[in-house]
Amino acid sequence: MASKAYLPAGAATADWRDFLALTKPRVLSLVVFTGLCGLLVAPQSIHPVLGFTAVLCIALGAGAAGALNQWYEADIDAVMRRTADRPLPSGRMDRQSALHFGVGVGAFSVILMGLAVNVLAAAILTASILFYVLIYTVWLKRRTPQNIVIGGAAGAFPPLIGWAAATGRIETLPVLLFALVFLWTPPHFWSLSLFVRSDYAAAGVPMMSVVAGPKATRTQVFLYTLPMVAVAMAPWALGLAGAIYGVASLVLNAVFLVLAAQVARSTETDPAAMKVERRLFAYSIVYLFVLFGALVADRFIG
Amino acid sequence: MTPDDEIRRRQRARATVMGLVLGALVILFFAISIVKMS
Repeated sequence: MASKAYLPAGAATADWRDFLALTKPRVLSLVVFTGLCGLLVAPQSIHPVLGFTAVLCIALGAGAAGALNQWYEADIDAVMRRTADRPLPSGRMDRQSALHFGVGVGAFSVILMGLAVNVLAAAILTASILFYVLIYTVWLKRRTPQNIVIGGAAGAFPPLIGWAAATGRIETLPVLLFALVFLWTPPHFWSLSLFVRSDYAAAGVPMMSVVAGPKATRTQVFLYTLPMVAVAMAPWALGLAGAIYGVASLVLNAVFLVLAAQVARSTETDPAAMKVERRLFAYSIVYLFVLFGALVADRFIG
Repeated sequence: MTPDDEIRRRQRARATVMGLVLGALVILFFAISIVKMS
């Protein structure tokens, strides 16, 4: 990120890369991938140009939500090592630029989705942006350790949007994909919160690991893994996906369960030595990518 | 490089990126229009 300490903060000095950083590009990759998978596994095909537009709108909507999240959370980002170098807390950008960018890109993504794709996809995209910004960022994050559980719904919308973009309807499979990402979020983020606990505590964010302690968090990680595994197996069990997805899901979920059980059993208190927690966090990202990839492979090969 | 030079450099870079984004959107809107008409 380009930054010069002697420059005054302001719209005129923010680099274009700072606007890109506002969109949380790493989170975007997962959002775009799950949205694209939702679109590809739908029973109806969509014209490639409109499919591209739908995925672009999902990315722009998620990026706008990320920008508005950073606009609202600049104060807590400033006290966390992991986020202190973001454009707002580091002073490379003024807050008004971030607000205008977030609202502008968000509105553009919804309007383009509504005009080019369909109204249902635009409506779900609007709900996902508002859910992430208002329900998660403004309402829940600073108030309750359940912030991640309910806020996880915001990240679960993309496969639903992708499916709705292709078909104009909502059916059982995309709802299961929504539930899968929703139930995947707590073990994913709580395993992270175990080894960055001091950061969240310093920022006053009531993460489960800060409020209830590591032991309760480890138990919750395992408990949320159980329904997640059930939902991940459901498409195969209900005959909505074939053998490729079934076998991939079986293996991926077995490994997830073993890692979650190891996290639940661990008594490690030193964040630097939390190997199983780091392993589960890293694996959970691979898990979601491979599971969704298997669903697409199953649709086209199976 | 003075602070003014650095600000100008960033403004030029932002203007270039904005130009490229707008150009890409023109192409996208044209493609969407063709698809919708066909």
